[in-house]
Amino acid sequence: MARLVYFSSVSENTHRFVERLGLPAHRIPVRRTDPPLHVDEEYVLLLPTYGGGNGERGAVPRQVIAFLNDEGNRALLRGVIAAGNTNFGEAFCRAGDIVAAKCGVPYLYRFELLGTDQDVTRVREGLAQFWQQRSQIPA
Amino acid sequence: MISEKLKLVSRVQAINWNRIEDDKDLEVWDRLVGNFWLPEKVPVSNDIPSWGTLTAQEQELTMRVFTGLTLLDTIQGTVGAVSLIPDALTPHEEAVYTNIAFMESVHAKSYSSIFSTLCSTREIDEAFRWSEENENLQRKAEIVMKYYRGDEPLKRKVASTLLESFLFYSGFYLPMYWSSRAKLTNTADVIRLIIRDEAVHGYYIGYKFQKGLQLVDQAKRDEIQEYTYDLLTELYENEEQYTEDLYDGVGLTEDVKMFLRYNANKALMNLGYDALFPKDQTDVNPAILSALAPNADENHDFFSGSGSSYVIGKAVTTEDDDWDF
Repeated sequence: MARLVYFSSVSENTHRFVERLGLPAHRIPVRRTDPPLHVDEEYVLLLPTYGGGNGERGAVPRQVIAFLNDEGNRALLRGVIAAGNTNFGEAFCRAGDIVAAKCGVPYLYRFELLGTDQDVTRVREGLAQFWQQRSQIPA
Repeated sequence: MISEKLKLVSRVQAINWNRIEDDKDLEVWDRLVGNFWLPEKVPVSNDIPSWGTLTAQEQELTMRVFTGLTLLDTIQGTVGAVSLIPDALTPHEEAVYTNIAFMESVHAKSYSSIFSTLCSTREIDEAFRWSEENENLQRKAEIVMKYYRGDEPLKRKVASTLLESFLFYSGFYLPMYWSSRAKLTNTADVIRLIIRDEAVHGYYIGYKFQKGLQLVDQAKRDEIQEYTYDLLTELYENEEQYTEDLYDGVGLTEDVKMFLRYNANKALMNLGYDALFPKDQTDVNPAILSALAPNADENHDFFSGSGSSYVIGKAVTTEDDDWDF
């Protein structure tokens, strides 16, 4: 059972954070030529913010946009976690803001770059709690 | 000025941007070009009244900080980024370094443009003299220069990333501090643009470093990791003294050191290594953090249950054409 979907570019930075979480996860493919990812259960999305000076453009990796453009994938999104860098000022972790706003889901957590040990612990515990609370809500 | 021959690439092939070996090269090139700016576009002269409200000591501190930053940007522009070119793995990587080198020269020049707007020639000359005579500033320049001249590509990238992502921050602190007190806000806008550029530079050089690490054996990787933490420690100790030289007089030293450690951790992460300093030693003053990134201080820990700022976002239209909904 994987309830985490993430994107990481060839830099592997976000991938390394997910490895440290030690939770099963699906990775959104990096290349256009790779087969697209389709999910069939509720998930939390973890993604990096691309920093830039062009307002809101380009903060969300295009591969993530393609993944969310799939209505089936989008319908199962339950929350978002974003990585970023305060050096980007107002655009800090903006990818999380954009996805939360566009998809109407909570922005659960954010961290800088590879994340610290504290970040790993918070996310691991937080996700466990998040899914447990959701399972208690009668359908 | 030239004391030894600059290393050049041994062979040049015509660069073909239609055949990309590493997507990161094009992605970062586009990002850097999109971020291009010039100091002349920022109305620093609006800071003249604010500059007049600083005490003589505060003005002197500010000028000294900026001459220190000028030195580092000059090194990175004329030596650092250029020294990485012969080690590049792709022709596109070489091109990205030329972009980085040019932007570092823009940064170095932007301090001069701030100076000429706010200070007299005599004051500027005095600040430059101070920077030439300050042992700790000169030492940090020497340490980095030593590795740029050395024979080890991976070590050069480590030194370069530590410069981009760590050594600037004893200086960057001050304009963020003034900005948090609504002083020199246009000057702070210039510095924020520099800070944004340094993040992309540190990320990219750190990424290329990690690519390079994949090509060496485990013993070499261990050696490089040990070297990185040793160099960071050496630079950090020097940075502490430099910070004391600058900030003891205004009582901000401890606050600056918190910011230094926070950025030292980020520099290590750019290189793919774990953070060194624990959380309680990197607890940056929230005013400084929000001067850097206005929304950085909002609570985004939904998991803790105290996410006061948390709301389910309302639908927004983004200008990105890629979105399909």
